[in-house]
Amino acid sequence: MAGIYLHIPFCKQACHYCNFHFSTQLNYKSEMIAALCQEVEIRHGEISEPITSIYFGGGTPSLLAANELEAIFSALRSYFEIAPKAEITLEANPDDLDQEKLSMLKESGINRLSIGIQSFDDDSLKYCNRAHDSSEAASCLKLAKDAGFTNISADLMYALPGTDLDHWAKDLQRLLLFSPRHISLYGLTIEERTVFGKWQTLGKLDEVPEVKAADQYRLAIEVLSNAGYDHYEVSNFAKPGYHSRHNTSYWQGAPYLGIGPGAHSYNGKARGANISNNQTYMRAIRSDQLPIEWEQLSDLDKLNEYLFTGLRTNKGIDLNIIKEQFGKHLYDDYKALLSDFATRGLLTKTNNNIRLTSEGFMIADEITWRLFYDT
Amino acid sequence: MEHIRNFCIIAHIDHGKSTLADRLIQTTQTVSDREMQAQLLDDMDLERERGITIKSHAIQMYFPFEGKEYTFNLIDTPGHVDFSYEVSRSIAACEGALLVVDAAQGIEAQTISNLYLAMEHDLEVIPVLNKIDLPGAMIEEVSDQIIDLIGCEKEDIIHASAKEGIGITEILEAIVHRIPSPKGNPDEPLQAMIFDSVFNSYRGIEVFFRVFNGTLKKGDHVKFVNTGKTYGADEIGVLRLQHEPKKEISAGNVGYLISGIKVAKEVKVGDTITHVDNPTQRQVKGFEDVKPMVFAGIYPVETSEFEELRASMEKLQLNDASLVWEPETSAALGFGFRCGFLGMLHMEIVQERLEREFDMTVITTVPSVRFHAIKENGDVVKVSAPSELPESNTLSHVEEPYIRAQIITKSEFIGPVIALCMDKRGEIKNQVYLTSDRVELTFELPLAEIVFDFFDRLKTISRGYASLDYELIGYKKSTMVKLDIMLNGEGVDALSAVVHRDKAYEWGKRLCEKLRELLPRQMFEIAIQAAIGQKIIARETVKAMRKNVLAKCYGGDISRKRKLLEKQKKGKKRMRQVGNVEIPQEAFMAVLKLDQ
Repeated sequence: MAGIYLHIPFCKQACHYCNFHFSTQLNYKSEMIAALCQEVEIRHGEISEPITSIYFGGGTPSLLAANELEAIFSALRSYFEIAPKAEITLEANPDDLDQEKLSMLKESGINRLSIGIQSFDDDSLKYCNRAHDSSEAASCLKLAKDAGFTNISADLMYALPGTDLDHWAKDLQRLLLFSPRHISLYGLTIEERTVFGKWQTLGKLDEVPEVKAADQYRLAIEVLSNAGYDHYEVSNFAKPGYHSRHNTSYWQGAPYLGIGPGAHSYNGKARGANISNNQTYMRAIRSDQLPIEWEQLSDLDKLNEYLFTGLRTNKGIDLNIIKEQFGKHLYDDYKALLSDFATRGLLTKTNNNIRLTSEGFMIADEITWRLFYDT
Repeated sequence: MEHIRNFCIIAHIDHGKSTLADRLIQTTQTVSDREMQAQLLDDMDLERERGITIKSHAIQMYFPFEGKEYTFNLIDTPGHVDFSYEVSRSIAACEGALLVVDAAQGIEAQTISNLYLAMEHDLEVIPVLNKIDLPGAMIEEVSDQIIDLIGCEKEDIIHASAKEGIGITEILEAIVHRIPSPKGNPDEPLQAMIFDSVFNSYRGIEVFFRVFNGTLKKGDHVKFVNTGKTYGADEIGVLRLQHEPKKEISAGNVGYLISGIKVAKEVKVGDTITHVDNPTQRQVKGFEDVKPMVFAGIYPVETSEFEELRASMEKLQLNDASLVWEPETSAALGFGFRCGFLGMLHMEIVQERLEREFDMTVITTVPSVRFHAIKENGDVVKVSAPSELPESNTLSHVEEPYIRAQIITKSEFIGPVIALCMDKRGEIKNQVYLTSDRVELTFELPLAEIVFDFFDRLKTISRGYASLDYELIGYKKSTMVKLDIMLNGEGVDALSAVVHRDKAYEWGKRLCEKLRELLPRQMFEIAIQAAIGQKIIARETVKAMRKNVLAKCYGGDISRKRKLLEKQKKGKKRMRQVGNVEIPQEAFMAVLKLDQ
């Protein structure tokens, strides 16, 4: 199992909540694509096993034109062995997805779409400065199905300012009408260096209180479970057989290559981060340099990563793995804490396994850091 | 001896004592400009940061003047009320004092009390009006204050700016002309007084002393009169910028002694040094065993670090003889130490040194003064921790220490200052106008009331124009009760306090509110309660955490997320678990910040 992530660092416009790396200057897009292809070439030796998942993230990968996408695929095919049934995901914004774009994507080899619906409420969409409206949100889901995409994931955001539980229930119901195979739910996090972040410091952002946000999250878990979705990770829900393979590989410690500015890589020993600046990135790549910074992981770093990624999934963590790979006895080391958590209904434990319950997922961070080992 | 001048500098914080000392050292070329570091005499980091001299030192300078070479010993004095005994010993080692007053600020309470000390010891006082270059300098007005205070002539006051180098030569000349040379007989039995000591990790304790009579020679066998301990004078010398070993130090002079002393406790400021063989019959007067005024528990945040904390405290005590401690057990915090401090500043310094120099993370519990609990059967129990207060059915009454406080402020702040002192259960005893707009107020106050936030509030209400000095005057009967704090029904003894009954309700209410702010939300609700005996007098609630999970592991950036969680874990290291509640270190000090 190995994956490739490609970061497409362009957006038509900036959403008010987003602190991911992107630029709204699209005039050098083709140069960037050339740089991405060159990075693929430079780094082809880093992974030799077949690639089982490819993920176009961003930014807004649905801005890519047919020839650009083809150039990237051609580079990927030249330097890597792509497994026959590889999952190939592209993040898309509703406003980009007309019939023509969808058939182009389908033909290019994309077999999974992750669509940034975020909300079906026009006020919310406007408030977040999204480029689409509620009718586009609905129509793109239908068009994508018509174009032959079966594996569709939809993103929704909860705890958006001005929303209450009713709003949220309606959003969920509208989404379920299209029965996407996969749903990602993101609670709004106010980040620094975003418009929302600025509004927050100015006291102009009417944040949904934590208790209400928790209620929205809890409602979603209930509604989606009833609709037959498997809550397989803190923010992710899927119909049987439709878990995101790419994301799952992140959580399982599989190696992945991150191509593009701001992309992250993991080779089993170290984590790498490409520089988050488009011009610096392109300049480096043009002179055959990799603008990447590696951080070697100690065994305990790896163990802590295993703990928190594992506890975010419904598979939980395997105590045998912890014992065999890291030489630690989690039960003994955190006996009182674990039984306290169990009594509070935050986790369930069996002989070899610990999993968070839905209530545990609510405060997963709070639980996880308490189980960390000192590095 | 006739060419020796021993003097100190009396000044309020920020009035320019350190800068003036630097100038004197520079002008007498005791140190080259290149070696000159701002505020030379304060060599602890902490001192430099806080801009105050905590431990006194001494430095010797040579000053050629009118064809003769004079030896100046400048004895530095600590500038905080916590260390007033040390100040008195430094003063006792001198024949003269420079009274440095900021021309823009005027005289402050601390200066006056030190000045009185100097006058008690018959020191010749040279008044210096400093910072005359400042635009806000009130030369006439402050000169009048000085004249009123010490009864000098106007022309006796030297106008100076230590910062700009103005008036320095005049000061040096005045030291020669006005300060008398020491008296004493080098041939009498040795009589020297310890006025300070420092810890040197290679050579043991260095003792700083002033010889009144006799002569101390290298290799002499000496005795410290009050401790009765004897030592060999392995090395003696004078304090230039570096130590300068000498064969002998005679009557009138100031020097250092190194004799392999390992423990600061053996070196008591004010003690008399004499020869074992031919001891003096006259101890230097004024020796006191310094008594702690404020007590608090110090506990490691990590229970497993108790032994490490003990080792650190022992090392700390090597060069801080005024720190006393004994082991103590708290139901909430486990094993720790009950420590006695000279005052609140001293307590803060000890905590900071433990953290900085020994890398210990500690919890300091609610500070307390030492009460006397009189039992029905007449027994007197000294109570320096709330847990030591006897059960109410065996208790007759409690007495608490009182102080006499001198506060000098501008007349416009008299109202608020009196109101504050009344609020602190004080009684006004005297009110004297020093000048038309400066007034000295005398109060009797319970020491317990000024331990907490008194200084800060005094400064706030007077916009900085008030200074304070105090001395202990004895014990008075008071209605004190023990106030307990409970978290989720479990008592946290480290948060208990002995408070006056009239104030217990207010105290309990505000402490609960403060704790509500300081306790991080946890996975469950936390009930904070204040109680006197069985009676709950205040309650607050910290709501349970409902949601804390980062939405998205973006693009495989797992490192960032791991580091965020590790940071939370680090934060926890500064917390202490009591029952199932995690209490951050600063919550234990909450009582000190009830007004902020």
